Amino acid sequence: MIEVANLSVTLSDKSILENYSLSVAPGGVLAILGANGVGKTTLLNCIVGLCRPSAGTASSRGRIGYVPQLFHSRFAFSVLDIVLMGRARQIGLFGAPRAKDYTVAQKYLGLMKVGHLRDRPFNELSGGQRQLVMIAQALSSECDILILDEPCSALDYKNQSIVIDTLRELNSTMGLTIVFSTHAPQHGLEIATHVLLMKDLSRYEHGTVEDVLTAENLSTLYDVAIAKAAFTRGGKFTFAPYFEH
Amino acid sequence: MQATTIAHGGTRMRTWAIVLLLSLLLVLCAVYSITVGRYDIAMWDVWLILWDNVIPDQAPAWTPLQADVVEVIRLPRILAALLIGAGLAMSGAALQGLFRNPLIDPSIIGVTSGAAFGGTLAILVVGGGYPVLGAAFAFGIGSLLVVKCLASVKGRTSTLTLVLAGVIVSAFFGSAISIVKLLADPHQKLPAITYWLMGSIAATNYRDLALMALAIVPPSIMIFLLRYQINILSLGEDKARALGSPIEIVQWTIFAAVSFISAGVVATSGIVGWVGLIIPHMARTLVGPDHGRLLPMSALIGAIYLLLVDDIARTATVAELPIGIITSLIGVPFFALILRRTQSRSGWAND
Repeated sequence: MIEVANLSVTLSDKSILENYSLSVAPGGVLAILGANGVGKTTLLNCIVGLCRPSAGTASSRGRIGYVPQLFHSRFAFSVLDIVLMGRARQIGLFGAPRAKDYTVAQKYLGLMKVGHLRDRPFNELSGGQRQLVMIAQALSSECDILILDEPCSALDYKNQSIVIDTLRELNSTMGLTIVFSTHAPQHGLEIATHVLLMKDLSRYEHGTVEDVLTAENLSTLYDVAIAKAAFTRGGKFTFAPYFEH
Repeated sequence: MQATTIAHGGTRMRTWAIVLLLSLLLVLCAVYSITVGRYDIAMWDVWLILWDNVIPDQAPAWTPLQADVVEVIRLPRILAALLIGAGLAMSGAALQGLFRNPLIDPSIIGVTSGAAFGGTLAILVVGGGYPVLGAAFAFGIGSLLVVKCLASVKGRTSTLTLVLAGVIVSAFFGSAISIVKLLADPHQKLPAITYWLMGSIAATNYRDLALMALAIVPPSIMIFLLRYQINILSLGEDKARALGSPIEIVQWTIFAAVSFISAGVVATSGIVGWVGLIIPHMARTLVGPDHGRLLPMSALIGAIYLLLVDDIARTATVAELPIGIITSLIGVPFFALILRRTQSRSGWAND
Protein backbone atom coordinates (compact mmCIF):
# COMPACT_ATOMS: atom_id res chain seq x y z
CA MET A 1 0.00 0.00 0.00
CA ILE A 2 1.39 3.37 -1.05
CA GLU A 3 -0.22 6.67 -0.12
CA VAL A 4 0.95 10.00 -1.52
CA ALA A 5 -0.99 12.93 -0.06
CA ASN A 6 -0.66 16.57 -1.19
CA LEU A 7 3.01 16.00 -1.92
CA SER A 8 5.17 18.99 -2.82
CA VAL A 9 8.90 18.94 -3.35
CA THR A 10 11.25 21.90 -3.62
CA LEU A 11 14.91 21.34 -4.49
CA SER A 12 17.39 24.23 -4.37
CA ASP A 13 14.52 26.76 -4.21
CA LYS A 14 13.00 25.26 -7.36
CA SER A 15 9.59 23.71 -7.17
CA ILE A 16 9.66 20.18 -8.64
CA LEU A 17 6.28 18.79 -7.59
CA GLU A 18 3.19 20.54 -6.22
CA ASN A 19 0.28 18.93 -4.50
CA TYR A 20 0.45 15.40 -5.89
CA SER A 21 -1.94 12.85 -4.41
CA LEU A 22 -2.32 9.22 -5.37
CA SER A 23 -2.49 5.75 -3.89
CA VAL A 24 -1.51 2.27 -4.97
CA ALA A 25 -3.43 -0.66 -3.50
CA PRO A 26 -1.60 -3.83 -2.38
CA GLY A 27 -0.88 -5.96 -5.44
CA GLY A 28 -1.45 -3.03 -7.78
CA VAL A 29 0.88 -2.01 -10.58
CA LEU A 30 1.34 1.69 -11.28
CA ALA A 31 3.11 2.95 -14.40
CA ILE A 32 4.34 6.55 -14.29
CA LEU A 33 4.73 8.41 -17.57
CA GLY A 34 5.81 11.94 -18.26
CA ALA A 35 8.23 14.05 -20.23
CA ASN A 36 11.90 14.22 -19.31
CA GLY A 37 12.50 16.36 -16.23
CA VAL A 38 8.87 16.40 -15.11
CA GLY A 39 9.73 14.86 -11.73
CA LYS A 40 9.17 11.11 -12.13
CA THR A 41 12.40 10.19 -10.36
CA THR A 42 11.73 12.78 -7.63
CA LEU A 43 8.29 11.28 -6.99
CA LEU A 44 9.78 7.76 -6.82
CA ASN A 45 12.56 9.01 -4.54
CA CYS A 46 9.96 10.48 -2.18
CA ILE A 47 8.13 7.15 -2.02
CA VAL A 48 11.41 5.31 -1.39
CA GLY A 49 12.43 7.88 1.24
CA LEU A 50 15.44 9.29 -0.61
CA CYS A 51 13.88 12.72 -1.00
CA ARG A 52 12.22 14.85 1.66
CA PRO A 53 8.90 16.45 0.71
CA SER A 54 8.60 20.18 1.40
CA ALA A 55 4.89 19.60 2.09
CA GLY A 56 2.55 16.65 2.22
CA THR A 57 3.52 13.02 2.74
CA ALA A 58 4.56 9.92 0.84
CA SER A 59 4.09 6.80 2.93
CA SER A 60 4.04 3.10 2.35
CA ARG A 61 2.90 0.08 4.29
CA GLY A 62 5.37 -2.69 3.58
CA ARG A 63 9.05 -3.04 2.80
CA ILE A 64 10.28 -1.30 -0.34
CA GLY A 65 12.79 -2.71 -2.79
CA TYR A 66 14.24 -0.08 -5.11
CA VAL A 67 15.78 -0.59 -8.54
CA PRO A 68 17.47 2.60 -9.83
CA GLN A 69 18.12 3.45 -13.47
CA LEU A 70 20.83 1.42 -15.17
CA PHE A 71 23.25 0.80 -12.30
CA HIS A 72 27.03 0.68 -12.41
CA SER A 73 29.22 -0.33 -9.49
CA ARG A 74 32.53 1.48 -8.93
CA PHE A 75 34.18 -1.67 -7.60
CA ALA A 76 34.42 -5.04 -9.30
CA PHE A 77 31.85 -6.79 -7.11
CA SER A 78 30.54 -10.13 -8.29
CA VAL A 79 26.86 -10.57 -9.13
CA LEU A 80 26.40 -12.57 -5.93
CA ASP A 81 28.03 -9.79 -3.86
CA ILE A 82 25.63 -7.26 -5.38
CA VAL A 83 22.54 -9.36 -4.69
CA LEU A 84 23.70 -10.09 -1.13
CA MET A 85 23.72 -6.35 -0.46
CA GLY A 86 19.94 -6.49 -0.77
CA ARG A 87 20.07 -8.21 2.63
CA ALA A 88 21.34 -5.03 4.33
CA ARG A 89 18.35 -4.74 6.66
CA GLN A 90 18.54 -8.38 7.76
CA ILE A 91 22.32 -8.35 8.19
CA GLY A 92 22.39 -5.27 10.44
CA LEU A 93 25.01 -2.65 11.27
CA PHE A 94 27.90 -4.86 12.41
CA GLY A 95 26.95 -8.11 10.69
CA ALA A 96 28.11 -9.94 7.58
CA PRO A 97 26.15 -12.28 5.27
CA ARG A 98 25.40 -15.71 6.73
CA ALA A 99 24.33 -18.98 5.15
CA LYS A 100 20.66 -17.91 5.08
CA ASP A 101 21.52 -14.70 3.24
CA TYR A 102 23.43 -16.68 0.61
CA THR A 103 20.44 -19.01 0.24
CA VAL A 104 17.99 -16.13 -0.26
CA ALA A 105 20.30 -14.33 -2.73
CA GLN A 106 20.76 -17.51 -4.73
CA LYS A 107 17.00 -18.14 -4.72
CA TYR A 108 16.22 -14.78 -6.29
CA LEU A 109 19.11 -14.98 -8.74
CA GLY A 110 17.54 -18.25 -9.87
CA LEU A 111 14.08 -16.71 -10.01
CA MET A 112 15.42 -13.95 -12.27
CA LYS A 113 17.08 -16.67 -14.38
CA VAL A 114 20.55 -15.20 -13.86
CA GLY A 115 21.83 -17.78 -11.36
CA HIS A 116 24.56 -18.87 -13.80
CA LEU A 117 26.06 -15.35 -13.67
CA ARG A 118 26.60 -15.29 -9.89
CA ASP A 119 30.42 -15.27 -9.98
CA ARG A 120 30.75 -12.88 -12.91
CA PRO A 121 31.78 -9.24 -12.29
CA PHE A 122 28.54 -7.25 -12.21
CA ASN A 123 29.90 -4.45 -14.43
CA GLU A 124 30.65 -6.88 -17.25
CA LEU A 125 27.00 -7.89 -17.67
CA SER A 126 24.71 -6.55 -20.39
CA GLY A 127 22.17 -3.86 -19.48
CA GLY A 128 19.31 -6.37 -19.38
CA GLN A 129 21.23 -8.81 -17.20
CA ARG A 130 22.18 -5.99 -14.84
CA GLN A 131 18.54 -4.96 -14.47
CA LEU A 132 17.55 -8.53 -13.64
CA VAL A 133 20.37 -8.71 -11.07
CA MET A 134 19.21 -5.42 -9.51
CA ILE A 135 15.65 -6.78 -9.33
CA ALA A 136 17.08 -9.90 -7.63
CA GLN A 137 18.86 -7.57 -5.19
CA ALA A 138 15.62 -5.72 -4.41
CA LEU A 139 13.75 -9.02 -3.95
CA SER A 140 16.49 -10.33 -1.63
CA SER A 141 15.43 -7.63 0.81
CA GLU A 142 12.14 -9.59 1.03
CA CYS A 143 10.21 -6.54 -0.06
CA ASP A 144 6.46 -6.23 -0.56
CA ILE A 145 6.74 -3.21 -2.86
CA LEU A 146 9.03 -2.97 -5.86
CA ILE A 147 9.88 0.48 -7.17
CA LEU A 148 11.74 0.77 -10.45
CA ASP A 149 13.05 3.93 -12.07
CA GLU A 150 12.86 3.46 -15.84
CA PRO A 151 13.75 -0.22 -15.65
CA CYS A 152 13.79 -0.56 -19.44
CA SER A 153 15.66 2.58 -20.42
CA ALA A 154 18.74 1.77 -22.52
CA LEU A 155 17.51 -1.80 -23.07
CA ASP A 156 16.83 -3.36 -26.48
CA TYR A 157 13.39 -4.84 -27.23
CA LYS A 158 14.38 -8.36 -26.22
CA ASN A 159 15.69 -7.22 -22.84
CA GLN A 160 12.65 -4.95 -22.34
CA SER A 161 10.44 -7.97 -22.94
CA ILE A 162 12.39 -10.02 -20.36
CA VAL A 163 12.15 -7.29 -17.70
CA ILE A 164 8.44 -6.62 -18.33
CA ASP A 165 7.60 -10.36 -18.30
CA THR A 166 9.55 -10.72 -15.07
CA LEU A 167 7.62 -7.88 -13.42
CA ARG A 168 4.31 -9.37 -14.55
CA GLU A 169 5.28 -12.72 -13.08
CA LEU A 170 6.41 -11.20 -9.78
CA ASN A 171 3.10 -9.35 -9.51
CA SER A 172 0.96 -12.37 -10.27
CA THR A 173 2.88 -15.06 -8.35
CA MET A 174 4.21 -13.12 -5.36
CA GLY A 175 1.55 -10.42 -5.20
CA LEU A 176 4.18 -7.67 -5.25
CA THR A 177 2.99 -4.10 -5.49
CA ILE A 178 4.95 -2.51 -8.33
CA VAL A 179 5.54 1.14 -9.21
CA PHE A 180 7.70 1.97 -12.20
CA SER A 181 8.44 4.92 -14.44
CA THR A 182 8.76 4.52 -18.17
CA HIS A 183 8.78 6.35 -21.49
CA ALA A 184 7.02 3.47 -23.28
CA PRO A 185 3.21 3.46 -22.90
CA GLN A 186 3.34 -0.16 -24.09
CA HIS A 187 4.91 -1.15 -20.76
CA GLY A 188 1.90 0.31 -18.96
CA LEU A 189 -0.48 -1.52 -21.27
CA GLU A 190 1.32 -4.80 -20.66
CA ILE A 191 1.44 -4.93 -16.88
CA ALA A 192 -0.04 -1.87 -15.15
CA THR A 193 -3.39 -1.71 -13.39
CA HIS A 194 -3.10 2.05 -12.95
CA VAL A 195 -1.30 4.87 -14.69
CA LEU A 196 -0.03 8.26 -13.56
CA LEU A 197 0.51 10.78 -16.33
CA MET A 198 2.68 13.63 -15.03
CA LYS A 199 1.97 16.71 -17.15
CA ASP A 200 3.88 19.33 -15.20
CA LEU A 201 4.77 20.18 -11.63
CA SER A 202 1.18 20.39 -10.45
CA ARG A 203 -0.99 18.82 -13.19
CA TYR A 204 -1.33 15.08 -13.48
CA GLU A 205 -3.82 12.41 -14.32
CA HIS A 206 -4.16 9.27 -12.27
CA GLY A 207 -6.52 6.37 -12.89
CA THR A 208 -6.94 2.93 -14.40
CA VAL A 209 -5.07 2.01 -17.56
CA GLU A 210 -8.33 1.95 -19.55
CA ASP A 211 -9.37 5.43 -18.41
CA VAL A 212 -6.06 7.27 -18.53
CA LEU A 213 -3.79 5.59 -21.06
CA THR A 214 -5.41 6.94 -24.21
CA ALA A 215 -3.93 8.29 -27.45
CA GLU A 216 -5.45 11.68 -26.72
CA ASN A 217 -3.91 11.95 -23.24
CA LEU A 218 -0.54 10.76 -24.49
CA SER A 219 -0.58 13.27 -27.36
CA THR A 220 -1.20 16.08 -24.89
CA LEU A 221 1.38 14.71 -22.46
CA TYR A 222 4.25 14.52 -24.95
CA ASP A 223 3.05 17.27 -27.32
CA VAL A 224 3.44 14.85 -30.23
CA ALA A 225 0.67 13.27 -32.29
CA ILE A 226 0.17 9.74 -30.95
CA ALA A 227 -2.17 7.18 -32.46
CA LYS A 228 -3.53 3.89 -31.18
CA ALA A 229 -2.21 1.09 -33.41
CA ALA A 230 -3.63 -2.45 -33.33
CA PHE A 231 -1.54 -5.56 -33.87
CA THR A 232 -2.84 -7.97 -36.48
CA ARG A 233 -2.89 -10.83 -33.98
CA GLY A 234 -3.66 -11.31 -30.31
CA GLY A 235 -6.09 -8.41 -30.02
CA LYS A 236 -3.32 -6.24 -28.59
CA PHE A 237 -2.63 -2.62 -29.39
CA THR A 238 0.09 -0.10 -28.81
CA PHE A 239 0.64 3.63 -29.14
CA ALA A 240 2.75 4.98 -31.99
CA PRO A 241 4.04 8.56 -32.29
CA TYR A 242 3.86 10.51 -35.51
CA PHE A 243 6.92 12.73 -35.86
CA GLU A 244 6.17 15.82 -37.95
CA HIS A 245 9.09 17.39 -39.79
CA MET B 1 23.23 -23.98 -4.51
CA GLN B 2 26.02 -26.47 -4.01
CA ALA B 3 27.99 -24.84 -6.82
CA THR B 4 27.63 -21.44 -5.14
CA THR B 5 28.81 -22.83 -1.84
CA ILE B 6 31.82 -24.36 -3.58
CA ALA B 7 32.60 -21.12 -5.46
CA HIS B 8 32.23 -19.12 -2.26
CA GLY B 9 34.29 -21.72 -0.39
CA GLY B 10 36.98 -21.46 -3.09
CA THR B 11 37.26 -17.70 -2.60
CA ARG B 12 37.42 -18.17 1.14
CA MET B 13 40.16 -20.82 0.84
CA ARG B 14 42.18 -18.57 -1.43
CA THR B 15 41.78 -15.64 0.97
CA TRP B 16 42.85 -17.78 3.93
CA ALA B 17 45.87 -19.05 1.99
CA ILE B 18 46.93 -15.46 1.20
CA VAL B 19 46.33 -14.36 4.82
CA LEU B 20 48.43 -17.28 6.09
CA LEU B 21 51.28 -16.54 3.70
CA LEU B 22 51.28 -12.83 4.48
CA SER B 23 51.10 -13.48 8.22
CA LEU B 24 54.19 -15.68 7.96
CA LEU B 25 55.89 -13.00 5.90
CA LEU B 26 54.92 -10.42 8.52
CA VAL B 27 56.49 -12.42 11.36
CA LEU B 28 59.65 -13.03 9.32
CA CYS B 29 59.88 -9.35 8.36
CA ALA B 30 59.33 -8.29 11.97
CA VAL B 31 62.08 -10.55 13.30
CA TYR B 32 64.38 -9.60 10.43
CA SER B 33 63.69 -5.91 11.12
CA ILE B 34 64.85 -6.36 14.70
CA THR B 35 68.24 -7.53 13.38
CA VAL B 36 68.58 -4.47 11.14
CA GLY B 37 70.53 -1.50 12.47
CA ARG B 38 73.95 -0.29 13.40
CA TYR B 39 74.33 -2.86 16.16
CA ASP B 40 74.50 -6.32 14.58
CA ILE B 41 72.37 -9.05 16.11
CA ALA B 42 71.83 -12.45 14.51
CA MET B 43 68.26 -13.51 13.75
CA TRP B 44 68.60 -16.59 15.95
CA ASP B 45 69.64 -14.45 18.91
CA VAL B 46 66.57 -12.27 18.35
CA TRP B 47 64.34 -15.37 18.49
CA LEU B 48 66.08 -16.51 21.68
CA ILE B 49 65.79 -13.09 23.35
CA LEU B 50 62.09 -12.84 22.50
CA TRP B 51 61.43 -16.47 23.48
CA ASP B 52 63.06 -15.78 26.85
CA ASN B 53 59.97 -13.71 27.70
CA VAL B 54 57.84 -16.85 27.38
CA ILE B 55 60.19 -19.42 28.94
CA PRO B 56 63.11 -17.76 30.72
CA ASP B 57 66.52 -19.16 29.79
CA GLN B 58 68.68 -19.94 32.85
CA ALA B 59 71.96 -19.54 30.94
CA PRO B 60 71.40 -16.89 28.27
CA ALA B 61 73.79 -16.89 25.31
CA TRP B 62 73.31 -13.20 24.67
CA THR B 63 74.59 -10.09 26.40
CA PRO B 64 72.34 -7.69 28.38
CA LEU B 65 73.21 -5.03 25.78
CA GLN B 66 71.86 -7.23 23.00
CA ALA B 67 68.69 -7.83 25.01
CA ASP B 68 68.28 -4.07 25.52
CA VAL B 69 68.77 -3.33 21.82
CA VAL B 70 66.16 -5.92 20.91
CA GLU B 71 63.55 -5.27 23.59
CA VAL B 72 63.97 -1.64 24.58
CA ILE B 73 65.15 0.05 21.38
CA ARG B 74 64.05 -1.96 18.37
CA LEU B 75 60.95 -3.92 19.40
CA PRO B 76 58.81 -0.85 20.25
CA ARG B 77 59.57 0.81 16.90
CA ILE B 78 58.89 -2.47 15.05
CA LEU B 79 55.53 -2.76 16.79
CA ALA B 80 54.87 0.93 16.09
CA ALA B 81 55.57 0.36 12.39
CA LEU B 82 53.15 -2.59 12.41
CA LEU B 83 50.42 -0.60 14.14
CA ILE B 84 50.81 2.52 11.98
CA GLY B 85 51.03 0.59 8.72
CA ALA B 86 47.99 -1.54 9.53
CA GLY B 87 45.92 1.37 10.88
CA LEU B 88 46.62 3.75 8.01
CA ALA B 89 46.05 1.06 5.37
CA MET B 90 42.73 0.06 6.92
CA SER B 91 41.71 3.72 7.14
CA GLY B 92 42.53 4.23 3.46
CA ALA B 93 40.65 1.11 2.39
CA ALA B 94 37.57 2.17 4.38
CA LEU B 95 37.63 5.74 3.02
CA GLN B 96 38.16 4.63 -0.58
CA GLY B 97 35.12 2.37 -0.24
CA LEU B 98 33.06 5.07 1.44
CA PHE B 99 33.98 7.74 -1.12
CA ARG B 100 33.92 5.26 -4.02
CA ASN B 101 37.23 6.73 -5.09
CA PRO B 102 40.60 4.95 -5.28
CA LEU B 103 42.60 8.16 -5.02
CA ILE B 104 41.67 9.03 -1.46
CA ASP B 105 43.59 8.55 1.74
CA PRO B 106 43.05 9.58 5.37
CA SER B 107 44.62 13.02 4.86
CA ILE B 108 41.69 14.02 2.62
CA ILE B 109 39.34 14.69 5.51
CA GLY B 110 41.64 17.32 7.02
CA VAL B 111 42.53 15.44 10.19
CA THR B 112 46.21 14.97 9.33
CA SER B 113 46.75 18.70 8.79
CA GLY B 114 44.79 19.58 11.91
CA ALA B 115 46.86 17.16 14.01
CA ALA B 116 50.09 18.40 12.39
CA PHE B 117 49.20 21.98 13.32
CA GLY B 118 48.41 20.96 16.92
CA GLY B 119 51.78 19.25 17.21
CA THR B 120 53.77 22.12 15.69
CA LEU B 121 51.99 24.61 17.92
CA ALA B 122 52.84 22.55 20.98
CA ILE B 123 56.49 22.29 19.94
CA LEU B 124 56.55 26.08 19.49
CA VAL B 125 54.92 26.86 22.82
CA VAL B 126 56.12 24.07 25.11
CA GLY B 127 58.92 22.34 23.24
CA GLY B 128 57.91 18.69 23.20
CA GLY B 129 56.69 15.72 25.22
CA TYR B 130 53.07 14.97 26.10
CA PRO B 131 51.70 18.40 25.10
CA VAL B 132 52.67 17.57 21.49
CA LEU B 133 50.71 14.32 21.70
CA GLY B 134 47.72 15.97 23.34
CA ALA B 135 47.60 19.00 21.05
CA ALA B 136 48.04 16.94 17.87
CA PHE B 137 45.28 14.59 18.91
CA ALA B 138 42.95 17.39 20.03
CA PHE B 139 43.42 19.43 16.86
CA GLY B 140 43.05 16.30 14.71
CA ILE B 141 39.67 15.46 16.24
CA GLY B 142 38.73 19.15 16.31
CA SER B 143 39.35 19.45 12.59
CA LEU B 144 36.99 16.51 12.01
CA LEU B 145 34.26 18.41 13.87
CA VAL B 146 34.91 21.52 11.74
CA VAL B 147 34.76 19.40 8.59
CA LYS B 148 31.48 17.90 9.79
CA CYS B 149 29.97 21.34 10.42
CA LEU B 150 31.11 22.62 7.02
CA ALA B 151 29.95 19.55 5.12
CA SER B 152 26.55 18.91 6.68
CA VAL B 153 23.59 20.61 5.08
CA LYS B 154 20.19 19.95 6.65
CA GLY B 155 21.60 16.94 8.49
CA ARG B 156 22.93 15.26 5.37
CA THR B 157 26.49 15.10 4.12
CA SER B 158 27.38 14.58 0.49
CA THR B 159 30.70 13.07 -0.44
CA LEU B 160 31.69 16.05 -2.56
CA THR B 161 31.02 18.66 0.13
CA LEU B 162 32.92 16.51 2.59
CA VAL B 163 36.00 16.32 0.36
CA LEU B 164 35.81 20.06 -0.25
CA ALA B 165 35.44 20.74 3.47
CA GLY B 166 38.50 18.54 4.03
CA VAL B 167 40.44 20.52 1.42
CA ILE B 168 39.43 23.81 3.07
CA VAL B 169 40.44 22.65 6.54
CA SER B 170 43.72 21.18 5.21
CA ALA B 171 44.54 24.43 3.42
CA PHE B 172 43.80 26.45 6.54
CA PHE B 173 45.97 24.32 8.80
CA GLY B 174 48.68 24.21 6.11
CA SER B 175 48.92 27.99 6.28
CA ALA B 176 48.75 27.95 10.07
CA ILE B 177 51.70 25.52 10.16
CA SER B 178 53.68 27.91 7.94
CA ILE B 179 52.98 30.75 10.39
CA VAL B 180 54.12 28.60 13.32
CA LYS B 181 57.32 27.73 11.41
CA LEU B 182 57.89 31.40 10.70
CA LEU B 183 57.57 32.23 14.39
CA ALA B 184 59.76 29.34 15.54
CA ASP B 185 63.33 29.82 16.71
CA PRO B 186 65.34 28.83 13.59
CA HIS B 187 68.11 27.09 15.56
CA GLN B 188 66.15 24.86 17.90
CA LYS B 189 62.40 24.74 17.42
CA LEU B 190 62.21 25.04 13.63
CA PRO B 191 64.42 21.96 13.03
CA ALA B 192 62.40 20.07 15.69
CA ILE B 193 59.12 21.00 13.98
CA THR B 194 60.43 20.16 10.51
CA TYR B 195 61.81 16.80 11.62
CA TRP B 196 58.65 15.94 13.55
CA LEU B 197 56.47 16.77 10.53
CA MET B 198 58.51 14.43 8.33
CA GLY B 199 57.38 11.49 10.41
CA SER B 200 59.58 9.22 12.45
CA ILE B 201 59.21 6.31 14.83
CA ALA B 202 62.88 6.25 15.81
CA ALA B 203 62.33 7.33 19.39
CA THR B 204 59.24 5.23 20.11
CA ASN B 205 59.13 3.74 23.58
CA TYR B 206 56.57 1.44 25.18
CA ARG B 207 54.63 4.38 26.59
CA ASP B 208 54.25 5.88 23.12
CA LEU B 209 53.37 2.45 21.83
CA ALA B 210 50.58 2.07 24.38
CA LEU B 211 49.13 5.46 23.39
CA MET B 212 49.43 4.55 19.72
CA ALA B 213 47.68 1.22 20.30
CA LEU B 214 44.92 3.01 22.17
CA ALA B 215 44.36 5.39 19.25
CA ILE B 216 44.68 2.76 16.50
CA VAL B 217 43.39 -0.63 17.68
CA PRO B 218 39.83 0.11 18.88
CA PRO B 219 38.99 2.29 15.82
CA SER B 220 40.44 -0.39 13.51
CA ILE B 221 38.19 -2.99 15.13
CA MET B 222 35.24 -0.62 14.67
CA ILE B 223 36.08 -0.18 10.98
CA PHE B 224 36.29 -3.95 10.53
CA LEU B 225 32.91 -4.43 12.23
CA LEU B 226 31.38 -2.06 9.66
CA ARG B 227 32.95 -3.97 6.74
CA TYR B 228 29.66 -5.01 5.18
CA GLN B 229 28.14 -1.55 5.53
CA ILE B 230 31.17 -0.12 3.70
CA ASN B 231 30.44 -2.55 0.84
CA ILE B 232 26.89 -1.23 0.67
CA LEU B 233 27.97 2.42 0.84
CA SER B 234 30.44 1.80 -1.97
CA LEU B 235 27.39 1.37 -4.24
CA GLY B 236 26.52 5.03 -3.67
CA GLU B 237 24.73 6.95 -0.95
CA ASP B 238 21.24 6.84 -2.48
CA LYS B 239 21.49 3.16 -3.26
CA ALA B 240 22.75 2.43 0.26
CA ARG B 241 19.94 4.48 1.78
CA ALA B 242 17.38 2.67 -0.36
CA LEU B 243 18.81 -0.67 0.77
CA GLY B 244 18.17 0.37 4.37
CA SER B 245 21.73 1.15 5.42
CA PRO B 246 21.96 3.78 8.21
CA ILE B 247 24.44 5.74 6.13
CA GLU B 248 24.93 8.77 8.40
CA ILE B 249 25.83 6.49 11.32
CA VAL B 250 28.20 4.43 9.18
CA GLN B 251 29.83 7.47 7.55
CA TRP B 252 30.49 9.31 10.77
CA THR B 253 31.60 6.24 12.69
CA ILE B 254 34.14 5.56 9.94
CA PHE B 255 35.25 9.22 9.86
CA ALA B 256 35.62 9.28 13.62
CA ALA B 257 37.56 6.00 13.58
CA VAL B 258 39.83 7.20 10.76
CA SER B 259 40.35 10.52 12.57
CA PHE B 260 41.38 8.74 15.77
CA ILE B 261 43.85 6.62 13.84
CA SER B 262 45.27 9.55 11.81
CA ALA B 263 45.46 11.86 14.80
CA GLY B 264 47.06 9.09 16.86
CA VAL B 265 49.68 8.46 14.19
CA VAL B 266 50.50 12.15 13.70
CA ALA B 267 50.58 12.75 17.45
CA THR B 268 53.07 9.96 18.11
CA SER B 269 55.04 9.82 14.86
CA GLY B 270 54.42 12.90 12.69
CA ILE B 271 53.04 12.71 9.15
CA VAL B 272 53.33 9.31 7.50
CA GLY B 273 51.61 9.87 4.18
CA TRP B 274 50.51 7.75 1.22
CA VAL B 275 50.26 4.42 3.07
CA GLY B 276 46.47 4.65 3.13
CA LEU B 277 46.37 5.37 -0.56
CA ILE B 278 48.61 2.73 -2.10
CA ILE B 279 48.19 -0.29 0.18
CA PRO B 280 44.42 -0.81 -0.39
CA HIS B 281 45.17 -1.01 -4.13
CA MET B 282 47.61 -3.85 -3.62
CA ALA B 283 45.13 -5.59 -1.31
CA ARG B 284 42.27 -5.14 -3.79
CA THR B 285 44.20 -6.85 -6.56
CA LEU B 286 44.74 -9.84 -4.24
CA VAL B 287 41.30 -10.33 -2.68
CA GLY B 288 38.85 -8.12 -4.60
CA PRO B 289 36.64 -5.28 -3.37
CA ASP B 290 34.73 -7.04 -0.56
CA HIS B 291 35.74 -5.14 2.58
CA GLY B 292 35.35 -8.26 4.72
CA ARG B 293 38.50 -9.51 3.02
CA LEU B 294 39.98 -6.19 1.89
CA LEU B 295 40.29 -4.59 5.35
CA PRO B 296 42.31 -7.38 7.04
CA MET B 297 44.38 -7.80 3.89
CA SER B 298 45.15 -4.07 3.80
CA ALA B 299 46.14 -4.19 7.47
CA LEU B 300 48.54 -7.06 6.85
CA ILE B 301 50.16 -5.55 3.76
CA GLY B 302 50.27 -2.10 5.39
CA ALA B 303 52.09 -3.53 8.41
CA ILE B 304 54.65 -5.36 6.22
CA TYR B 305 55.10 -2.28 4.04
CA LEU B 306 55.84 0.09 6.91
CA LEU B 307 58.20 -2.44 8.48
CA LEU B 308 60.21 -2.52 5.27
CA VAL B 309 60.05 1.28 4.93
CA ASP B 310 61.38 1.58 8.48
CA ASP B 311 64.20 -0.85 7.62
CA ILE B 312 65.14 1.39 4.69
CA ALA B 313 64.91 4.46 6.96
CA ARG B 314 67.39 2.88 9.34
CA THR B 315 69.87 1.57 6.81
CA ALA B 316 69.78 3.70 3.65
CA THR B 317 72.08 6.44 4.93
CA VAL B 318 74.39 7.01 7.85
CA ALA B 319 71.88 9.33 9.48
CA GLU B 320 68.40 7.90 9.91
CA LEU B 321 65.82 9.05 7.34
CA PRO B 322 62.32 10.11 8.46
CA ILE B 323 59.86 7.41 7.28
CA GLY B 324 57.44 10.07 6.01
CA ILE B 325 59.98 10.99 3.31
CA ILE B 326 60.32 7.39 2.16
CA THR B 327 56.57 6.73 2.10
CA SER B 328 56.17 9.87 -0.04
CA LEU B 329 59.02 8.88 -2.37
CA ILE B 330 57.37 5.50 -2.97
CA GLY B 331 53.79 6.78 -2.81
CA VAL B 332 53.99 9.59 -5.35
CA PRO B 333 55.07 7.50 -8.38
CA PHE B 334 52.65 4.78 -7.31
CA PHE B 335 49.86 7.37 -7.20
CA ALA B 336 50.81 8.58 -10.69
CA LEU B 337 50.67 5.00 -11.92
CA ILE B 338 47.20 4.45 -10.43
CA LEU B 339 46.04 7.73 -11.93
CA ARG B 340 47.25 6.67 -15.39
CA ARG B 341 45.60 3.27 -15.07
CA THR B 342 42.29 4.65 -13.84
CA GLN B 343 42.25 7.20 -16.66
CA SER B 344 42.72 4.50 -19.28
CA ARG B 345 40.19 2.10 -17.76
CA SER B 346 36.46 2.74 -17.85
CA GLY B 347 34.64 3.13 -14.57
CA TRP B 348 36.55 5.60 -12.45
CA ALA B 349 37.46 7.95 -15.25
CA ASN B 350 33.89 8.28 -16.42
CA ASP B 351 32.64 9.88 -13.24
